[in-house]
Amino acid sequence: MAIQETKYLTEFYHLPEFKGIDGYKKNGGYVELEKALKMQPQAIIDEVKASGLRGRGGAGFSTGMKWGFLPKNNEPRYLLCNADEGEPGTFKDRMMMEKAPHQLIEGMIISGFAIGSKKSYIYVRGEYDQSINTLETAIQEAYKAGYLGKNILGSGFDHDMDVYRGAGAYICGEETGMISSLEGLKGQPKLKPPFPAVQGYLKKPTIVNNVETLAVVKYVIRDGAAHYKKIGTEKSTGTKLFSLSGNVMKPGNFEVPLGFPLKDMVFGLGGGMKPGRQLKAVIPGGSSAPVLNAEESNRALLDYENLAQMGTMLGSGAIIVIDDSNCMVQCLSNLMHFYHHESCGQCTPCREGTGWLDKITRSILSGKGRLQDIELLLKVADNMKGKTICALSDAAALPVLSFVPKFRDEFEYFVREGKSKVKGTAYKGHSYAEMHH
Amino acid sequence: MFQLSSEGKQQVLNELKRYESKQSAVLPALYIGQRENKGFITPAVIQELSRVMEIPESQINEVFTFYTMYNKKNVGKYHVQVCRTLSCMLNGAEELVGHLCEQLNTRVDQMTTDGRFTISEVECLGSCGTAPMMQIGDKYFENLTPESAMNLLRTMK
Repeated sequence: MAIQETKYLTEFYHLPEFKGIDGYKKNGGYVELEKALKMQPQAIIDEVKASGLRGRGGAGFSTGMKWGFLPKNNEPRYLLCNADEGEPGTFKDRMMMEKAPHQLIEGMIISGFAIGSKKSYIYVRGEYDQSINTLETAIQEAYKAGYLGKNILGSGFDHDMDVYRGAGAYICGEETGMISSLEGLKGQPKLKPPFPAVQGYLKKPTIVNNVETLAVVKYVIRDGAAHYKKIGTEKSTGTKLFSLSGNVMKPGNFEVPLGFPLKDMVFGLGGGMKPGRQLKAVIPGGSSAPVLNAEESNRALLDYENLAQMGTMLGSGAIIVIDDSNCMVQCLSNLMHFYHHESCGQCTPCREGTGWLDKITRSILSGKGRLQDIELLLKVADNMKGKTICALSDAAALPVLSFVPKFRDEFEYFVREGKSKVKGTAYKGHSYAEMHH
Repeated sequence: MFQLSSEGKQQVLNELKRYESKQSAVLPALYIGQRENKGFITPAVIQELSRVMEIPESQINEVFTFYTMYNKKNVGKYHVQVCRTLSCMLNGAEELVGHLCEQLNTRVDQMTTDGRFTISEVECLGSCGTAPMMQIGDKYFENLTPESAMNLLRTMK
């Protein structure tokens, strides 16, 4: 049988009408909101906890447990939807917001009701203009229909929702960085503890969840935790949206149960390599996830546990495929430029470390690398791990600590010969454009 | 000297009331200031926002310099931002930037002499499945080739 998606969240994404409130309601929209508003908030939290749902943004932390960290009092609290989607390779949240804005909004109102929040924000990266417009229209529709505002559907529950536009900073996808940004400040992360659930936006308890995570909440209410848990694996429950990109014939977003074989994703749903090309490597969970070589990719399963066992991570579900026409030194250098650009500059190991990783890889790329540079890369990366306020420093170090050992021959060849083993040339910069600077 | 239009000023005042904290309006206000100053922000824009918002200039300035979507210098009428990050690179982003620069006789981040275009390389725009791609103004243009991108720019007067 042909390899297929399991369209659980994305069942109606092919219908253009699903974007508007009428089309959404025609296809089961806002039914679960009515159901949830008749439940006890704690019962919703328990159901989400029992479903095994884990954060879909990257960290994979239990959503129900995260909600459980909120103080048990009547203090005002915020729900903040993380739609800053910036992890290179990830484009699933954008699709969700543009094709099914009400799915997210319904999931958020249910979640807001469960945690006792009267106000939520969707923090969308500034570049996603279409997502922002679609969400703003949908929120207006939801207000008109009485799903937002005062006394929602006669339940006595009030909830307001608004969109906040980011302004271009990867670091704002980190939850405390996002809170700083929503406060109108530089998007610099804050030390934890206190965790946002205790002290977040304007020092009030705040829950930050990814777009996909919040959308799933509706389906946990619809089908119940017991049913939801049957999808996926024992510890990685449910389906997940994967963004497949790079050197595959059919890139795109694909929804599959967790535990799905990576090779079926790449060669089945993704249509495999271009003619004459071979698979060389896969980054399975966004650019921060350690890279897998072809042999590892062929046996990896897309769930939290299996990828962790293989020394990498599921992350945001962004799968970047690299074929044998590409130079791994250049790929790593591309990523180091990214992290150097995106470091917020607060912590020394990250600010300086990302700079050095960028410079050293660039030096190798230009053909001027020294043999000791390879060890230096590893040493710098090692000194960046676990030493900073947030995980960006680790995110920059992990690619180095996997690219270099797994493709060491390419790095050594480049240093020795002054040119790429694959492409046969050196680069004068990161890109064509920089060569001309 | 820079002054917000009366409409722009009203928008800034609305943003000040929109969020639970006044400071939260700084990011949206900077967008308004940028739009009203031909697409980039100068010290005069910061001064004006500070005056209207009653927030110290330093607090607005540090936000302005932190984020990449606020332009520090004049950009062309069409700011062409080509994604350079890995998935786009794997699909030919470098050739795309190179072709555009060559055809327009310009360099990255340098405005063309007729003031129409500035070509920039930017980090991941979340459009990796439709690589290579570029953003012009608020719009995404996806699944490009160097030629199709250049043809598109030719239609932009």
